[in-house]
Amino acid sequence: MKRRTFIKGSIASGALVVAAGAGLLKPGQVLAGDWPNAAFSATGMDEAVKSLFGSTDAAESADIKIKAPLQAENGAVVPLKVETSLPAEWIAIVAEKNPSPLTTAVDLSGGAAGYYSARIKMGQTSDVYAYVKADGKVYMAKQQIKVTVGGCGG
Amino acid sequence: MAKRLTKMKIKGAGDRVQVLVLANHPMETGTRKDKKTGELIPAHFIQKMIFEHNGKVVAEANLSQGVSKNPLIGIEIAGAKSGDTVKVSWSDNKGESGGAESTVK
Repeated sequence: MKRRTFIKGSIASGALVVAAGAGLLKPGQVLAGDWPNAAFSATGMDEAVKSLFGSTDAAESADIKIKAPLQAENGAVVPLKVETSLPAEWIAIVAEKNPSPLTTAVDLSGGAAGYYSARIKMGQTSDVYAYVKADGKVYMAKQQIKVTVGGCGG
Repeated sequence: MAKRLTKMKIKGAGDRVQVLVLANHPMETGTRKDKKTGELIPAHFIQKMIFEHNGKVVAEANLSQGVSKNPLIGIEIAGAKSGDTVKVSWSDNKGESGGAESTVK
């Protein structure tokens, strides 16, 4: 619980500080030092997107394709594919109504193609957003996925 | 520390190859309760998955509790050639890690 308080208190001071703080709290994890803690801890979609991309402005783009089921029987495993012809530096998958909306985000600036697939958990029927950062701008596409049985608790 | 199996599959060749990684991991959210004791099961999930193509990091995936158990993560690499090596390494919030390596056909 201490950690939670710490994270909340740090959001105001900016994402970088939180990331650095998380690194200090868990010195054993060199690889996870720059894990975007604040973005993943955010309980609102706007907060998560702002923390990750610095802004909530995102233009809807037809160049982002989400491949996902219209209806998911099991919210614990919802397969998603995001494909884009934009020169993507980042792809983030956000389930609007999840307790922590940001599920996963990939940094492709090392040169991987504009593609990302993952299986995510969804608590309830919700719009799922794919955010793509390309050329310093943020684009998005969305699709509603109906969930019959939620997969965020036990 | 349980040994966790990580599998990698590379599909296709040439211009774009698809790299699929399946990691054996519980991806606990930290909100689930143990049915016997009623206590919360601590969060335990992969945070980072780093993909290397011929030793160069091409993609760095950040995962959270919101990713399903036994994550199946896919990326695509452009301009890969036969014989190229692809390596993945992951680490979780408890300091466990794993990985796999394969070559493009």
